[in-house]
Amino acid sequence: MHPVRKQRLYLVLFIALFSSIAVGLVVYALRGNINLFYPPAEVAAGKAPTGQPIRVGGMVLEDSLQRAPDSLAIRFKLTDYEAAVDVVYVGILPDLFAEGQGAVASGVLNEEGVLEATEILAKHDENYMPPEVTHALENSAYDEKGNAK
Amino acid sequence: MIPEIGHFALILALCLALVLASVPAWGAWRGNSVAMALAPSLAVGLLVFVGISFGCLATAFLQDDFTVALVASHSNTLLPPMYKFSAVWGNHEGSLVLWALILAMWTAAVAIFSSQLPLLVLSRVLSVMGAIAVGFLSFSLLTSNPFARLLPGAPADGADLNPLLQDPGLIIHPPLLYMGYVGFSVAFAFAIAALLGGRLDASWARWSRPWTNIAWAFLSLGIMLGSWWAYYELGWGGWWFWDPVENASFMPWLAGTALVHSLAATEKRGLFKSWTVLLAIFAFSLSLLGTFLVRSGVLTSVHAFAVDPERGMFVLVFLALVVGGSLTLYALRAPAVSSRVSFDWVSRESLLLCNNVVFLVAALTVLFGTMFPLIVDALGMGKVSVGPPYFNAVFVPLMALLVPVMGLGPVSRWKRDSLSRWRGELLIPTVVAVLCGITLPALHAPYNIWVALAVLLSSWLLLGLLKDFWQRLRNASTTAGGLRRLTPGYCGMVIAHLGFAACVIGIVATSQYSVEHDLKMDPGDSRELAGYDFRFIEVVQVRGPNFVADEARFEVTRDGVPVASMSPQKRRYLASGSVMTEAAIDAGLFRDLYVAMGEPVGESGAWAMRLHYKPMVRWMWLGAILMALGAFTAAADKRYRRQRTAAPAANKAALHGA
Repeated sequence: MHPVRKQRLYLVLFIALFSSIAVGLVVYALRGNINLFYPPAEVAAGKAPTGQPIRVGGMVLEDSLQRAPDSLAIRFKLTDYEAAVDVVYVGILPDLFAEGQGAVASGVLNEEGVLEATEILAKHDENYMPPEVTHALENSAYDEKGNAK
Repeated sequence: MIPEIGHFALILALCLALVLASVPAWGAWRGNSVAMALAPSLAVGLLVFVGISFGCLATAFLQDDFTVALVASHSNTLLPPMYKFSAVWGNHEGSLVLWALILAMWTAAVAIFSSQLPLLVLSRVLSVMGAIAVGFLSFSLLTSNPFARLLPGAPADGADLNPLLQDPGLIIHPPLLYMGYVGFSVAFAFAIAALLGGRLDASWARWSRPWTNIAWAFLSLGIMLGSWWAYYELGWGGWWFWDPVENASFMPWLAGTALVHSLAATEKRGLFKSWTVLLAIFAFSLSLLGTFLVRSGVLTSVHAFAVDPERGMFVLVFLALVVGGSLTLYALRAPAVSSRVSFDWVSRESLLLCNNVVFLVAALTVLFGTMFPLIVDALGMGKVSVGPPYFNAVFVPLMALLVPVMGLGPVSRWKRDSLSRWRGELLIPTVVAVLCGITLPALHAPYNIWVALAVLLSSWLLLGLLKDFWQRLRNASTTAGGLRRLTPGYCGMVIAHLGFAACVIGIVATSQYSVEHDLKMDPGDSRELAGYDFRFIEVVQVRGPNFVADEARFEVTRDGVPVASMSPQKRRYLASGSVMTEAAIDAGLFRDLYVAMGEPVGESGAWAMRLHYKPMVRWMWLGAILMALGAFTAAADKRYRRQRTAAPAANKAALHGA
């Protein structure tokens, strides 16, 4: 074979090999690491899987926030005003987390239908609503204040 | 009045950009040197008018002119003056003006510092940059006018800047990042000009290289500042979240890194020409994509300002035009500029090729991870998010593959080298690197295999550099003479590669050794963390210029010896009422101590506290600074400014070539 062609052939083989390694890595990494978003209504209806990472977003229900007296454990309800999901979390909440505000919790749903959250995201300024929460409320018959549309 | 002047100046700037995009390009096509010669002055004029416009906007902010809608919604009379100034770009409209200003600066810089360029090439380059300016200025004027007035009914006071953005880091982070983003437009413009002219040679690479290096250096600094800001300002102690917008700045950096290295091969050996052009197009397209992702609000992120589908559509169309247009041009012209230079497999060329493949694949995997949620959403398959585990799983092995090649790079030779020579050169560095990898992590119990691997790879990289450096000095008759013979280009490479090694060590050590505790503490409580004793003394009320805060007082001791007193704050900003955490950090070269306040717990005065011990976290940022410094040094190489005398001849040849 002509040396230049041979070199090209090796080049193509090298790139093909390398990209398949990369694609392999990507597929492997994606398998365990994507988590789907569910609005509270779907979680309550049993559509969300248990035992695998998911995200749930909605408004934090008024008067639902409970704190443990001696640890950083907290419990609250996320709602799209159709249904509510209990969330438990141990740790420090984001600054703008508050009752009556939008939040997204990511974690694993246990057998009792309680979301054991490992991360809580709140909006980061006064006028901003996480898009997922907006989406969850669009599908709900209520607006963000809980009034019927 | 001032805002109207600003608005008018922006419109004039758009007109100038339109002329710059069309007349010199027409001149270059027709061989009309009068039209071509207009380009530099048009470029300077563009800078003047965008500068006036930016100045007017800044004045409106500094004078608290709340009749301007933008000022009313992003500033406040209580805001300290320097934040009033940085509030100019702490919002969508203003950041576009900043973008346009920096683009105009780059364009004018090319016009002023490229007197050695043939006029034909210069006018094409400036025309392409003018066309980009048309895109951004019309984006600003048509969809997001920064000077819109609130008349009548202007508020007595403004709504305040988002407290997260009230920080010195955020004053310089966006300008530096934009310098990088927009700087790739120069490399892009050079590439397009070369495709238009059908002439791609070593001198093209030599013109394009310093600009690309400088842009890359700014982008590195910008990303580093963003990471540093997130570390101390967001109050979580994290420094990289694989947030879509972080990725948006990281992807051009990855493509730019590949470009910087590929340009080296193109300049020195005339290789990979069409590939380099493609990378230049790719790097700038990723910068634009980043802008689209940030400005359209399609992604959830701390950086998303306002969500406005019209703006998203504008950037998307602009992106499609730029990417589609340049790729079409590439498809038409690339065969004419491709090179036929051969090289041996064991050579510096193939090592640079490895670098390019790794960085490009890395950029593509990050792109895929960032776009995947959008694609899934567009296909109606639900809302997913791709988190840090994906990026870490893909990115870390790729970088681990890269470092062995990086160690070989400096000692390797162009064109043809031999494995036996590499073996001879690198036997001792290999042994020493293995020894370092085994012994150094033992200093920190427990023994960590990942840190061992990182130390092995970085010391391999470091020793390869040292070996080459030593050889260069030894080959000279005297040490001083040897030092003098080192070119800035070579020194820059050494500094940047050292920075990369420092970065690897810092990232791995801080990820592996960090100790983090979130806990409830009463005043008077004491907690031990990684050998440091954190004593929570009290909480006091303090008042800042535009906020009130609860400030916790901590005394940190180690074996009874005082180390630091730390005072994290929980601030409530007066204008917006928003609450923000201000972490206290005791910084050191080998470890950071980090305390942030959560919220009050119970009635007894107890608080939720975040205590972190972060070893070697500074190495990562120092590494990034070294990388940038290296790129600046390399750009200062004299060989990029030496062909002034040859210019007229080249000019003539280029004219005939067209």
